[in-house]
Amino acid sequence: MRQLFAFLIKYYFFFLFALLEIIAFVMIANNTYYQGARMLNTANQLTGGVYQSYNDIFDYLYLKQNNRILAEENANLRAMIEKSYVKFTTSEITIHDTLYKQQYKYIDAKVISNSIGKRNNYLMLNKGYNQGIRNNMAVVSSNGIVGIVNGVSGNFSSVMSLLHSETKISAKLKKTNAAGSVTWEGGSYKKGTLTDIPSHIRMMTGDTVITSGFSLDFPEGIMIGTIAEYRLNLGDNFYKIKINYSTDFNKLDYVYVVKNMFKDEQLKLKESQHE
Amino acid sequence: MNNIYFLNISRFFLLILLQVLVFDNMQLNGYINPYVYVLFILLLPFETPQWLLLISAFLLGFGVDLFSDTMGMHTAACVFMAFCRPGVLRLVFSSKDYEVGITPGINDLGFNWFIRYSIILVFIHHLLFFYLEVFNFHEFFYTLGRVILSTIATLVLIIIGQYLFYKKK
Repeated sequence: MRQLFAFLIKYYFFFLFALLEIIAFVMIANNTYYQGARMLNTANQLTGGVYQSYNDIFDYLYLKQNNRILAEENANLRAMIEKSYVKFTTSEITIHDTLYKQQYKYIDAKVISNSIGKRNNYLMLNKGYNQGIRNNMAVVSSNGIVGIVNGVSGNFSSVMSLLHSETKISAKLKKTNAAGSVTWEGGSYKKGTLTDIPSHIRMMTGDTVITSGFSLDFPEGIMIGTIAEYRLNLGDNFYKIKINYSTDFNKLDYVYVVKNMFKDEQLKLKESQHE
Repeated sequence: MNNIYFLNISRFFLLILLQVLVFDNMQLNGYINPYVYVLFILLLPFETPQWLLLISAFLLGFGVDLFSDTMGMHTAACVFMAFCRPGVLRLVFSSKDYEVGITPGINDLGFNWFIRYSIILVFIHHLLFFYLEVFNFHEFFYTLGRVILSTIATLVLIIIGQYLFYKKK
């Protein structure tokens, strides 16, 4: 026993090193799957506070630009409301509409930290569980899709950006409805990859790529980007397509978190299929 | 003696904040990420006990991990870098010998010594970190390019910092 202790003490540097590395790798393993954002929840409150105060200082610098973006969006929304349409029919019956039920709710949030240069990029938002944000909710900006919520604490949430090796978004071409999926292969934050589009589909550069609505989290028809270039190697069944993201990830400031009101119902149905 | 503790502890917090608030926002082509905070491990005094070296590297990496959602990756890279430090110090032995009271910086041991010493350790750290971040060997050479360019960026920033904050005696 004494020899064992002597041995441990003699090489303690190595054993301490091994112990600390094991702790580090356990932490990595617990977080590799993007669902397992457990550590994040306690840490978010602390780091979120630091980022928030840093952000408060720099907010002033971008006030003008943000005002412009919000004003543009307001104008767009205003154009969509009933009052801006001229009525052509005179006789009208108003009925309480039970035909339509709201499926998606939008929660606005501000980005307080963001990265685009890493292989796996995350954003942090200034709203969290208390404001109704939950894991796996979709995040969109006024220009298009941004990412998926992967960790929530009381007042902050962490978002796995589209610029992440694990992100895979179900997409389709607006013109032909051909479905595929969008991933990011690193490199430029402006370019993504669209895969799984079969070779018989016709397309052109500049065609619009939107969300397919097959996933439970993203509403259908949200802009992802436009086709930058496409290629079909001889004998391949699927295209290799590069797309330009419509969202400028470098300038994200205000985003919306999308809440699917029917998600529980849809999930239940999906589970019952497997039984 | 107290002075040394105070200097290193304040450097610890300052470098973490600098890293997450300034250097993490430097987007050099989306390809290069300098990790300047490892300067803390480089500049620890020679007489630092080995256990303290490992523990402080662990805490340093953990601190940066908390801010950048890379739970454990910086920690693993930092601990490994600290583990290699005594070996690297023996490897790049200086003619001046490591006397008590001098620190491993440009000021005491000169530019040539410092660059040999830091290039090895920074490269070790970046190599481990970038491959842990990607977590596969699919993009092996792409990642290796990022490691090399980021190492150079980190070294340049570290050396500029050394000349800015340490006056010649």
